[in-house]
Parts: sequence; structure tokens; C-alpha cells
Amino acid sequence: MLRNSETGFGLVTIVLHWTIALLIFALVLSGFVMQRVEIDPAPQFTLYQWHKSFGFTALGLALLRATWWLVEHNPSPLPSLCPLERRASRVTHDTLTVLAIAVPLAGWAVASTSTLDIPSFYFNVMVIPHLPLAKSEASEDFWTSVHALLAYVTLALAAIHAAAALYHHFMRRDAVLTRMLGSGAPSSGMGVRGAQKRNDTVVGRK
Amino acid sequence: MMVTINSALKATVCVACVFATPAANAQAPALTDAAGSYRITSPSSIQFSIGQVGGGGGIAGNFAKFSGGFRIDGANIERSSVEFTLYPESVRARERRIEDFLRSSAVFDAANFQTVTFRSTSVRQTGPDTATVEGALTARGKTRKERFAVTLTDWDRRSISFTIRGSIRRSPYGMDVGTPIYSNVVQFDMKITGRRR
Repeated sequence: MLRNSETGFGLVTIVLHWTIALLIFALVLSGFVMQRVEIDPAPQFTLYQWHKSFGFTALGLALLRATWWLVEHNPSPLPSLCPLERRASRVTHDTLTVLAIAVPLAGWAVASTSTLDIPSFYFNVMVIPHLPLAKSEASEDFWTSVHALLAYVTLALAAIHAAAALYHHFMRRDAVLTRMLGSGAPSSGMGVRGAQKRNDTVVGRK
Repeated sequence: MMVTINSALKATVCVACVFATPAANAQAPALTDAAGSYRITSPSSIQFSIGQVGGGGGIAGNFAKFSGGFRIDGANIERSSVEFTLYPESVRARERRIEDFLRSSAVFDAANFQTVTFRSTSVRQTGPDTATVEGALTARGKTRKERFAVTLTDWDRRSISFTIRGSIRRSPYGMDVGTPIYSNVVQFDMKITGRRR
């Protein structure tokens, strides 16, 4: 249930996947909005702080996700995937896993190198210290660019990832998407084989 | 601005104190000598600082443009008065982004509220060269009673100087942006010199 099986994802993987997906979406959206010049400075300041708190949350979950990915057995790719698809999906998943860590780390570097020296007060509960990086305008600009660039790459890859999942679901009608949705996924993957087994049994009886 | 006004008030109080106990300060003028109207001039300064969570520098700066005056009542120090106007547009901080933020609608809203004013309502002597000045502080269209502590620092026949300190909570003025990362309390530290009119 919690852990992955040979054919499907467990609850831990599924919850981490969708929570991180939701966080990334919200963070990219808030990242766009808060940089707009015409936004009022007071809500803008608040938005930055929320962005940082949720960004640190994403970082923590992404680290958990990567660790889980490494230590937990992962279900095999669906047999319907050709070798090229397997390689492409493997590269995309690995890259997204790394980016989910790298993007918030770069954001942390922005907060740490900024000459504004605004503390990261995680949900107004605890101060997360700055990374040991020298503060300067040049350093802040550099990490801002890295943060933005990596975020755009993440957004693009996530879009490809989602498009591929939808393609598999609606065009190929396989279990690629449903097995990440929990109930549908493992059972649908198993379902095909189960159905075949039942058919075999029926045939055998005949 | 508030700070400046308070300083002036405190200065007035200080003068009174000195008069009462001349030994307390070699420079303390007799109240009758110090009595008169003063205009706030250079080398006055108005500095402020706001603490931040977890320690660190916080926000600090000063106001480059302010004006005001005070009157020291020779007969009754407590009838002395202070008026002060500060221009938030002139705020100076360690970098431009902070200055722009302080001027913006998030804090002073300098475009809509060009001045911050202080008008004393009472002056109370608290020691030979110290006083407390209370008055109405107006910022962002909101007026509240605030209090400053004034200490006499220098005096001669033409001018008189005070330090004025006060802690102002910014939330009642609609300036609570950034709390609780940045303290709600702004520490003012003013050095005010008045030249006799």
C-alpha cells in the first residue's frame, strides 16, 4: 500500500509526486506574478515570503522523493513502452527529480546572496539560515538567473512529462497515467494480466 | 519627523531641568536664558532602525529632509512646544531598493502623503537635562499620540541641541508590511539642533 510494487506505485510515491507537482505549479505561478513591476509592493513582499516558505517545503519533499526513488524498488516500465520511450522517460524522470532539488536550492542561493539580506522566516515559525555565500549584487543577479533558467527548464520538462502521460492515457490507452493516480494504476496494469490469466483459465477449462 | 518634534520638546524639558539644577550639567542654560523660539537646523539628523527576526542588521536609515521649530517657555517649561515635519520622500537607506520600498505604498506612500508631522501636546521634565515630550504624530493620514525622550546635549546663546529617542509601533499607521520578519517597532534616534529665531 505505502510501498511500490512490481507493477504499481505505492502511496508514498504517489503522494510525493502530486504534492511536489502542485507545489511546482504554484511556485512557478507565484514566481511569475511576484516579479511583475505593476504589483503593489506590500503584497509583493508577502508573496515573496510565501514563495520562499513553499519553496523550502518543495526542497524538503524533493529530497525525500529523491531518497525514496533511490532506496525504494521502482515498478518496471510498462511493457507497451518501446526502448526509446523507456530511455526518454527515464531521462525525463531523473532530470525532473534533480531539478526539483536544484531549483529551490538556487532560490535559497538568491535569498542568501541578496544584499537585501531578508531572513527566510519559514511560515513565520522558524528562521532558515542563509547558505554560506558572499552577498553581492553580482552574486544575487547570477543566482536569480540560474533560479529562473532552471525553473523554465523544469516547467518545460513538466509540460512534456504531462503531455506524455496524457498521450499514453488517451491515445495509447495504457496505464502510464493511471498507475500514478493510485487506484487505477496498479490494478489496471494488473488488470490486463489478470484478464489474460482469467481467459487462460477459461480456455484451460474448456 | 516625530522624532524631531519629540527632540525639540525634550530639549525644552532639558532646558527647564538645567535651570532647576544647574550643577547637573555645566552647559545647562538657565531657563530664562534658553527661553525663546528656535528653528531646527543642521547639523540635525533623524535616524531610524527596525530589528529583524533572528538578529542581523535589520533596516536602518535616515531622513535627509525635515523642518520644524520649538519654543521654550521661560516661565513654565511644561508650556513649551514643538512642531515637526518630515518628508518621507527623502528617506535614505543602505540601498536604493530599500529606499524605494519605504517610499512606496507599502510603507510611507510618499506619493499620497508627502509629510509626516508631529505636534507636541505636553512636555514633562524628568531630570536635570531630560524630558518627555508627548504629541500627535500624523503619518499616512493617521494621527496617534506618541512619546519621545529628550536629553539636552549642548547649548550656547544662539543654539541648543538635544538627542531624542522613541519607539514607534508602525502597524497603527498602516505600515505593518514585513512583520513579523521585521519588527513592528521602529527605533528613532534623532540629534536635533535648534537655532534661535
